[in-house]
Amino acid sequence: MKALVCVKRVIDYNVKPRVKADGSGVDLANVKMSMNPFDEIAVEEAIRLKEKGVVTEIVAVSVGPQKAQETLRTALAMGADRAVLVLCEDEVEPLAVAKIIAGLANEEAPGLIITGKQAIDDDSNQVGQMVAALLGRPQGTFANEISVEGDAIVVKREIDGGLQTVRLALPAVVTTDLRLNEPRYASLPNIMKAKSKPLATKAPADYGVDVAPRLKTLKVTEPPVRSAGIKVADVDALVAKLKEMGVA
Amino acid sequence: MSKVLVLVEHDNASVKDATLAAVTAASQLGEVTALVAGASCDAAAQAAAQIAGVAKVLKADDAAYANALAENVAPLVAGLMADYDAFVAPATTTGKNIAPRVAALLDVMQVSEILSVEGPKTFTRPIYAGNAIATVESSDAKLVITVRGTAFAKAEATGGSASVEDVTATADSGLSTFVSAEIAKSERPELTSAKIIVSGGRALKDAATFEAIITPLADKLGAGIGASRAAVDAGFVPNDYQVGQTGKIVAPEVYIAVGISGAIQHLAGMKDSKTIIAINKDDDAPIFQVADIGLVGDLFTLVPELTGKL
Ligand SMILES: Cc1cc2nc3c(=O)[nH]c(=O)nc-3n(C[C@H](O)[C@H](O)[C@H](O)COP(=O)(O)OP(=O)(O)OC[C@H]3O[C@@H](n4cnc5c(N)ncnc54)[C@H](O)[C@@H]3O)c2cc1C
Ligand SMILES: Nc1ncnc2c1ncn2[C@@H]1O[C@H](COP(=O)(O)O)[C@@H](O)[C@H]1O
Repeated sequence: MKALVCVKRVIDYNVKPRVKADGSGVDLANVKMSMNPFDEIAVEEAIRLKEKGVVTEIVAVSVGPQKAQETLRTALAMGADRAVLVLCEDEVEPLAVAKIIAGLANEEAPGLIITGKQAIDDDSNQVGQMVAALLGRPQGTFANEISVEGDAIVVKREIDGGLQTVRLALPAVVTTDLRLNEPRYASLPNIMKAKSKPLATKAPADYGVDVAPRLKTLKVTEPPVRSAGIKVADVDALVAKLKEMGVA
Repeated sequence: MSKVLVLVEHDNASVKDATLAAVTAASQLGEVTALVAGASCDAAAQAAAQIAGVAKVLKADDAAYANALAENVAPLVAGLMADYDAFVAPATTTGKNIAPRVAALLDVMQVSEILSVEGPKTFTRPIYAGNAIATVESSDAKLVITVRGTAFAKAEATGGSASVEDVTATADSGLSTFVSAEIAKSERPELTSAKIIVSGGRALKDAATFEAIITPLADKLGAGIGASRAAVDAGFVPNDYQVGQTGKIVAPEVYIAVGISGAIQHLAGMKDSKTIIAINKDDDAPIFQVADIGLVGDLFTLVPELTGKL
């Protein structure tokens, strides 16, 4: 079974995002960029399935600028077999990304598509569910644990009240949550090897997708800042504060 | 006037609180119809009919909807949307699972986790872990929206008297089946509606220590219990305790962070709390930048002392 894994190049999770002074967006110039953390988990899960003999080939795909090649090379260094960059210098919305992924899936016929549950820049939490809808296939979102059993995949999902387990007919889409696995680091020899792995470049038009945005961003602002607080010297002072607030 | 369909989150018997904030947001867009899709869900439909601001309830009662599987609920909603201008769901794990599937079926770009309604098609929403707020305007013919529960007042759960209408179920998709659920039953207030929350972080060492330090304080205050990702990953508490960008978003009256450093992903989930109290041994911990009241020191002596003095 082939696995298709979606990876997005995003601001590194350790960097504090800054809003541009003109309110047009977040400043990404000279900011460290990395693979979306949930997508690292997606790549790792595909590799583990390959190590178990369930998956035979891992194709990593990214929709993004030329620089997203670096993200795909990281996926290849971790253990993906080949990569596809769907080149688009401007930001692409989740719906259009999903259409491109669905188009690619129609070409590649993967048994499993793995995406992150959420990109940490747009915080949309949409692409996986949309891909599943467009392909008419089931979705195992927010996966905590998965196991392939014949022509089905059992997905334990992280939900508000705890955990839910569902059984999905393959092909299926899975979106990763934090506890699914702990991604490996690419070793130096594997980073070198990844340089010669195949990386194809495509365009949205190859999948007949119009990437014109549906949402217009009117402005981007800083969230309200909290006014500075105080430090209390000891527990008695804290208890007094709590009493003042009517909490204790 | 716009017609808005709201997804009711329920357990077939009662309506979950998150629905009430979604109703408030939906009311700002137009006339609200509440959709109760479930199995033997009449009690939930009757409860939805009581919510102030709900004009009508649609009840889709079928075994296929017993566990709110997106593969079954999304086609039902997409079909009903022929008569509506907007679909609104709470930004819970159920809403987040279903709404994008509806959006794709309708060829609509969803607006996720709105914080406010600025106009008929204009909304604010958090991006980059809440470090920026975007104002976005949709150009789609129909709207698909999820609503951040902490950003809207809850509609009154009673006082309404909507009619309940049955709608024909769509067929079971046959794509997915429910196997089981592990839902912890607790007497404690739910995180997203708790007035006070005590949260513990990596500093709590292990599950037994977390329980021994955090639980007595939470009990004294009648508080809900939350945690950082580090505490969840390390197995101190179950996954549904996680507060943050990719966990639960909370905004209680009082949030007490114990042994939590205050990473941006954690702050994203709790910085709208009314009063934030932090206990941390590191004077420079980022959590103190958002805390109204900070107490610097060793939590293993300070927290038991605090619990004792309350
Ligand atoms: C994609 C992604 C999503 C994430 N989502 C979330 C999320 O939703 N929620 C979330 O919380 N995190 C999330 N994180 C993780 C986040 O980046 C931090 O790693 C995490 O919040 C740290 O948890 P912590 O504060 O408990 O641990 P640490 O950062 O290790 O902090 C422990 C704190 O305890 C203090 N301490 C230690 N001993 C004592 C003592 N005896 N007395 C008092 N204080 C003490 C230390 O001074 C320190 O400040 C996410 C990360 C990624 C990459
Ligand atoms: N531009 C992109 N290229 C490849 N995958 C993407 C892209 N955008 C989103 N994804 C995938 O979809 C997931 C959810 O993204 P989002 O719906 O934007 O929050 C991410 O974790 C990725 O796996």
